[in-house]
Amino acid sequence: MCVVGWQPSGPTVTRGDHVGMTDNKNILIELYTKTQKVRLFEEKVWELFGQNLVPGTLHLYLGQEAVAAGVTAALKETDLVQSTHRGHGHVVAKGADMKAALAELLGKKTGSCKGKGGSMHITQFDVGVLGATGVVASGLPIAVGAALSCQMRKTTDVVVCYFGDGASNNGTFGESLNMSSIWKLPIVWVLENNLYAMGTPIKMMCPTTDIAKRADGYCIPNVVVDGNNALEVYNAAEEAVARARKGEGPTLIECKTYRMKGHSRFDAAKYRPKEESDWWLGHDAVDIIRKIAIEKGALTEKDADKIKKALQKEVDEAADFAVKSEYPKPEETLDDVFAEVP
Amino acid sequence: MPEMTYRDALKAGLREEMLRDEKVFILGEDVGRNWGGAFSVTKGLAEEFGDHRVRDTPISENTIVGTAIGAAITGLRPVAEIMFGDLISLAMDQVCNQAAKMRYMFGGQTSVPLVLRTPFGGGKNIASHHSQSLEAWFMHTPGLKIAVPAFAYDVKGLIKTAIRDPDPVMFFEHKLVYDKKEEVPSEEYLIPFGQARVRREGTDVTVWATSFMVHKSLEAADELAKEGVSAEVIDPRTLAPLDKKTLIESVKKTGRLVLVTEETRTGATSAEVAAMVQEEAFDFLDAPIRRVNAPDTPVPFSPPLEQYFIPDQKRIAQAIRGVI
Repeated sequence: MCVVGWQPSGPTVTRGDHVGMTDNKNILIELYTKTQKVRLFEEKVWELFGQNLVPGTLHLYLGQEAVAAGVTAALKETDLVQSTHRGHGHVVAKGADMKAALAELLGKKTGSCKGKGGSMHITQFDVGVLGATGVVASGLPIAVGAALSCQMRKTTDVVVCYFGDGASNNGTFGESLNMSSIWKLPIVWVLENNLYAMGTPIKMMCPTTDIAKRADGYCIPNVVVDGNNALEVYNAAEEAVARARKGEGPTLIECKTYRMKGHSRFDAAKYRPKEESDWWLGHDAVDIIRKIAIEKGALTEKDADKIKKALQKEVDEAADFAVKSEYPKPEETLDDVFAEVP
Repeated sequence: MPEMTYRDALKAGLREEMLRDEKVFILGEDVGRNWGGAFSVTKGLAEEFGDHRVRDTPISENTIVGTAIGAAITGLRPVAEIMFGDLISLAMDQVCNQAAKMRYMFGGQTSVPLVLRTPFGGGKNIASHHSQSLEAWFMHTPGLKIAVPAFAYDVKGLIKTAIRDPDPVMFFEHKLVYDKKEEVPSEEYLIPFGQARVRREGTDVTVWATSFMVHKSLEAADELAKEGVSAEVIDPRTLAPLDKKTLIESVKKTGRLVLVTEETRTGATSAEVAAMVQEEAFDFLDAPIRRVNAPDTPVPFSPPLEQYFIPDQKRIAQAIRGVI
């Protein structure tokens, strides 16, 4: 598969022609819808943040929407997802209730974590998200366990584990890839390489441009895709999920992508070269999948606008719900440490 | 009632739970058929239940615990073993940031029913990286339960409770108690968490001790009985939840308290217990609370050094005499 993008060493390679990729109209519509939905959700989060309604910090998924959209379009409902600190998109794309998701970001009682988690721990177990974690690279071992569980319980469910380029330099990366490989676990490792770990360019911290190569050492098939192209992501994910479901073990998909905003709340990302950010911001995940879906005849411009409008309404309603919801009572601090009070 | 070693009682408890519930499985370094656990606790279980349920892992402590968490939150009941308590330091993120917090930070959406077994403590001349008593690290982490069984009867009943508990349980097994024997019933029994056991009744002084130090405290109490001192020895059996009631009632009766653990002194579990007792029973105390611990040093290797490091019955007896 070919990759578009501004690599750490400069702009590279050829644009994908999508030969052999799906023409299935329903899937193209789903890819567009999911990408757009995550975009609108995150734009709403940014708006609420601007109104000072989001306490704490934020790691927005803006720019990376095609990864979660492409991956989750290849999953079934009972498949599981392990998320990260930049996890809003993972949760929304997996089908989370946006009201509970936004309420959580605002620290409300009606939030999916009752206001105990917030942005970095946003999760909804009922749609198969196993949790978002604030510790970089800590989700990989948990994904190994969930995949082992799927295998031992003799289900055909698959686990997707998202992690970033920064996480690939942590010890759990090696430990977890190794364990997933020796036990042939039904797992898809989705490496979202947005080229920066906070402000540190991956080219300073990794001796190879394609981190996916590291999976070779663990005998795990791997592929690099344009992470801003939901169709490319979907095709790679579909193949990886099929392998996992058949009991053939893990796959690693490296998705080259880019943050539209900085790392967190007040980061303007001035450390990124203008030429690089201009290129990536012009390589927009929503524009790309919208264009493909229209070119392939799955959608008209009008259809696409209509979908966007309906999603916007849903997001607005969710935000309204979140804003109007109440904060938890202070003494609820003490709840949910254990299953029952000893 | 048949006599059993602590090791065999523990294995019997694990085996009963694996027979009862197919969701229970064991994982860890060298727990399988080639070795059966560094202290032989799981010997024979792989042969009986298969390699998939008694699963050898690579030397990857953080991922061993993470794997147990992932399995626990998706419907299994993992019992992970960390070969030496000291090596939990490699898995602190998964234990303290993940397992302990997931129920809470996800607003009660999930349970993490895992057991983390680990041999701990000194007395084997294996130095600073294989001998520590680190229970306090975990007592300081909300969301974890902690069992410190000292006797064969207790270890069997407590491991079964631990496996059935919906929350993560740290299960500390002192290396020097594996061979200690006790009568253990053949029929099934469970021991609830948070219930101390009075191992020896007395009227002059309360001695609260954990794990191997319960044995040493009982020896000290026998010695003191010859001098006419009646010491009551309490084994909490679990540190979280902690049975405060049994201890406070005893202190109200005796008016004196000596706390004995093998941990280094500063910030030990016994420091927390001392603080709790002075808050709840200050008016009943006739003497300052005394602590017997290891000194604030790493665990040394050479036998005379390690003997100096680990509290013995003489030091315990001396501390008791000091409050009488």
